[in-house]
Amino acid sequence: MAASSRVAASLRRAALSSRPSPCIRNIRPALQVRWKTEATTSASTESVGQLDAKGGLDGPAPAKSIKFTSDSYPNIQRESKFAKLSEKHVQYFQELLGSDSAVLDGVTKDATEDIEPFNADWMRKFRGHAQLVLKPSTKEEVSAILKYCNDNMLAVVPQGGNTGLVGGSVPVFDEIVLNLQKMNNIRSFDEVSGILVADAGVILEVADNYLAERQHIFPLDLGAKGSCQIGGNVSTNAGGLRLLRYGSLHGSVLGIEAVLPDGTIVEDLSLLRKNNTGYDIKQLFIGSEGTIGIITGISIQCPRRSPAVNVAYFGLESYEQAQKAFVAAKAYLGEILSAFEMMDGRTQKILKKVAGTKLPLEGDYPFYCLVETSGSNTDHDSEKLQNFLEHVMESEIVADGVLAESQTQVAELWACRERITECLGHWGGVYKYDLSIPIAQMYDLVEDIRERLTKDGLLGDTDDHPVVDVVGYGHMGDANLHLNVPVRRFDKTVEKALEPYLYEWTSKRNGSISAEHGLGLSKKPYVGYSKSETMIKLIKQIKNLYDPNGILNPYKYI
Amino acid sequence: MSGLRILVPIKRVIDYAVKPRVNRAQTAVETANVKHSMNPFDELSIEEAIRLRERKVPIQEIVAFSAGPAKSQDILRTAMAMGADRSIHVVVEEKDPQLEPLGVAKLLKKVVEEQKSDLVILGKQSIDDDASQTGQMLAGLLGWPQATQASKVDISDKTVTVIKEVDGGVETIKANLPMIITTDLRLNEPRYASLPNIMKAKKKPLEKKTLKDYGLDEQPRLKTLKVTEPPPRKGGVKVDDVDGMISKLKELGAL
Repeated sequence: MAASSRVAASLRRAALSSRPSPCIRNIRPALQVRWKTEATTSASTESVGQLDAKGGLDGPAPAKSIKFTSDSYPNIQRESKFAKLSEKHVQYFQELLGSDSAVLDGVTKDATEDIEPFNADWMRKFRGHAQLVLKPSTKEEVSAILKYCNDNMLAVVPQGGNTGLVGGSVPVFDEIVLNLQKMNNIRSFDEVSGILVADAGVILEVADNYLAERQHIFPLDLGAKGSCQIGGNVSTNAGGLRLLRYGSLHGSVLGIEAVLPDGTIVEDLSLLRKNNTGYDIKQLFIGSEGTIGIITGISIQCPRRSPAVNVAYFGLESYEQAQKAFVAAKAYLGEILSAFEMMDGRTQKILKKVAGTKLPLEGDYPFYCLVETSGSNTDHDSEKLQNFLEHVMESEIVADGVLAESQTQVAELWACRERITECLGHWGGVYKYDLSIPIAQMYDLVEDIRERLTKDGLLGDTDDHPVVDVVGYGHMGDANLHLNVPVRRFDKTVEKALEPYLYEWTSKRNGSISAEHGLGLSKKPYVGYSKSETMIKLIKQIKNLYDPNGILNPYKYI
Repeated sequence: MSGLRILVPIKRVIDYAVKPRVNRAQTAVETANVKHSMNPFDELSIEEAIRLRERKVPIQEIVAFSAGPAKSQDILRTAMAMGADRSIHVVVEEKDPQLEPLGVAKLLKKVVEEQKSDLVILGKQSIDDDASQTGQMLAGLLGWPQATQASKVDISDKTVTVIKEVDGGVETIKANLPMIITTDLRLNEPRYASLPNIMKAKKKPLEKKTLKDYGLDEQPRLKTLKVTEPPPRKGGVKVDDVDGMISKLKELGAL
């Protein structure tokens, strides 16, 4: 449930471009950045958080037009074991949390408008019927809420920045939304060890900016960083752009603080890299998507920020060449390689068309790659990069390319990768798949699906075809493909043409049907394609052990 | 006419996306380990020179010039990768006395004479010192016409028409070559240096010179007493609810 659109960045761009100087539009926008940075940064991070809370990420359209999840998934029934919310329950929570702003009460009064953003996801695909939103400020409050819910059989959905892509963070029926946005303090940072301890509700970008001031970096970066919360990142085991370099959260998270459904507070905010004493329980919470407990704080190992960052962007004639470029990047750039992203030509064309930006390269190529290096010494890095570039140019692996000559160009080149998600949504909707596939076959799937949809007459340039295009991009370095199908409207026939076909395709090649987005609601039925019966049984045992009443994030995950 | 000889002076400055920091002694801005790149206005100058050539204005040569530390070669290479034919680097190390706009203008005058340039395109200012003087002083020293803050340049035969940015609008002026043009943001959108061109640029000539070669020994006329950062912007306040906001607004006297 990781990478969504480059929400923060695009909002910041919007904020910049909406300044009242119409004729400055053609100028490279970043020229203004230097003089505007102080004025906009703090304001924009805040407004991003709030925009997110209003669910307004996809523009001004009201959340009401989103279909209820219970209507689009009629086979999911509300479990009768859960109690219905009453005035008595609301009163308990109001007394517990005190302030009005911590309880959005839609039970005793009409608060539809206020609650709607917590009910719907940013992709406008899922929408629940929650009537109560709770925003605790301390782990003790979380504990008291969960204990009460467990005792009274009230279902709960834990929610962070609500930027997930599989419907895991919004309710299906009348579950209580427990949002962690008020738990947003950074607790400590050790400059020697680089260990950060922070509340779960801290926004990723805020944490990263805090670390940047101290020459460190959060070992996770993803498109939704301006809205998503680090607790949510950990509980969904988000992947993102820095995984190639810094590894998965299973390695960098040192400890967690979580609350179990019965109210037990699990205090395991370890500051140790090594601790071989018993089962590593925290690993169960990483990627559990809020099904066995609610993470309220994390301690995480943060690497030193690299002062020298270089970005190159290539055009390539085939997917074969992209693979060769990746091999060469590993050989020539070794320890400084920090990202290797692949985008197909179609994504770049869509970017150009929708965002109206000029692409860095003159010609059109079927594939593009973005390579980033991060290191400690500019001169050393430049030399390595020069050798690499000479090699890929001379051996004709890449057809054309550019190298960022300034910080602004670095950002512009990254935008070619990061703004794809946002631009794909232009026609109305996107079917998004996030798959791990052996790298050699990764792009075959995109071509296969495109052919399939064309044959079925679903793909076309005119309005009577639901499908606009089939595109692929992703973290090539991690063999992680984002297969996206931008559509003019969500259509059951399209869905049937895609699923379970592409899951079967992936499964046949021993891939994963969800590399980093998680299971949530939308991938739950297909988990069998990636996990054996025995594994599913073990997962269910853990769930039943920690959450015997099943009150946490029901109807999802497994 | 055998074609224009264009000189494009460029400067290596702290990257415009980097927030500059003042050093501890408050004598200057911290430059060590800070990302540097070409002054953005100078990128526009290079781009405009190349576009003139692409528009079939007869051009014999585009020469990029920079005075600064050894690293200035990086931006000269970038200029050549974008399309300049060759470049000249006058080495002025960071420990040497730094050039002021008048010093640069005097130096450029010598270079113009040496290179027989008939058009000099400069950025209207460098984003580190923001002096915005060099182009004008150079025009004065050479006795050439100048068009500052250009947003459009047209050359036909020996006549140059420039649309320039002024307060509240634009001004169109016409002059004969040789002349000085300084560039403004709306002039063009600089291109990326493509990899093949970066490779080619490595083989283009880069001449290294010193101030002495031009018979100059400029001493600074200004003394920097103190450099300080602007006062930090006061952060906003978060309120819990509507009542909180109203009472805060009242407290601030806004209601």
